Amino acid sequence: MKNDNNINQYRRQFLSSVTGVAAGLTIAPGVLLNTVAHAKQADQPVSSKNRWGLLIDTSKCATGCNACVTACHKENGVSSTGRPATDAVWIRKVKLTDKVTGHVQSLPFMCQHCEKPPCVDVCPTNASMKRDDGVVLVDKHACIGCRYCMMACPYNARSFVHEPVTDQIYPRGQGTVESCTMCVHRIDDPEGPRNTACVDACNAEGHKAMWFGDLKDPSTEISQRLKQYGGEQIRADLGLNTGVRYQNLS
Amino acid sequence: MLSIKTIIGLGAALLLPLTVQAESIAPKLPPAKKKYSEETLCVKPVDDMRKNHMDYIIHQRDDTMREGIRTEQFSLDECIECHNAPSKDGKVASSKSDEHFCSTCHTYAAVKIDCFSCHADKPQNTQYRHSLSGKSMPHHSQFATQKLNAETLQMLTTNKESQQ
Repeated sequence: MKNDNNINQYRRQFLSSVTGVAAGLTIAPGVLLNTVAHAKQADQPVSSKNRWGLLIDTSKCATGCNACVTACHKENGVSSTGRPATDAVWIRKVKLTDKVTGHVQSLPFMCQHCEKPPCVDVCPTNASMKRDDGVVLVDKHACIGCRYCMMACPYNARSFVHEPVTDQIYPRGQGTVESCTMCVHRIDDPEGPRNTACVDACNAEGHKAMWFGDLKDPSTEISQRLKQYGGEQIRADLGLNTGVRYQNLS
Repeated sequence: MLSIKTIIGLGAALLLPLTVQAESIAPKLPPAKKKYSEETLCVKPVDDMRKNHMDYIIHQRDDTMREGIRTEQFSLDECIECHNAPSKDGKVASSKSDEHFCSTCHTYAAVKIDCFSCHADKPQNTQYRHSLSGKSMPHHSQFATQKLNAETLQMLTTNKESQQ
């Protein structure tokens, strides 16, 4: 099973044999990373043996590119109401300019999937929750829309749905709080976890600035990169141990 | 003293309009797309489903939401997939209309549900999703075959990514 997790080997195999690909390999670019970890059986609960995370190399993230944002919102059915001030934002691009040097950095920013999430601490109904595999979610069945979590989040990562929603793809509705789910429907795919929509979009754009995978599995590309180059947390001083890490952030 | 005949007569007189009425209003359910099993027809025997579907769904709801257990038997997605299939002219009923499988009965029983203020009330892109039969191709392959265009293929074949 170890080889199943070896992304590079899998890619090499794929790239060298695109013409003769077997049915199982005839897949779109993002789906290549089917091997971000072992598949979980549909009837099995998620476990703390995994911790899902994202890694973003800000030096590769292109200023002006919005592919990850578009892809995320398309995937999750987050559409604009025409009133941007109250639109839900699951992921946004942030531009950082160093006033002294004029150096500009661009990076995608979303729920950081903290190990110790302040949003979960403050939730009065236990709607704001963290799954055992580290994904921080809102259980909208229990959410009463008080928005304490939005105030508690140091990353301004959550949005409130102000207006009725129709034609949902994944559940979202008026009066509840929502945020990045790390594409939890892709993580729970019975055929094995798949890359998040943002990572797929970034790869498809050719920037390859984002990685998704299991931080607890040392054989995944994200773990290897983190081991080799390290990864910064935003507001590491808060001690939240975020699941989303950044590289080349200065 | 009422004679037995009178009682029977009275009973019949009382019952008759009720049965007639019930027959005239009782909702006609749209047919399901397929049978989950030949034996039970639905995911559980139909009588059981009529009485207890809400408990099955709510149990599954917490398992799925909190623990990521995504079995298909009591998944709301699969209910919709099978029971709210497009009609012959390709139209799919909205949960607000009485033709929607769930609304048919809930309107009749005056039970207001709010499932569809968050959940999709129509089947999703079926090629991308699982079906109850489980006989179809893995949905990745279907999805990908559909999506894999010349541009993507070119990108895959020409891009020599550095192997870190």
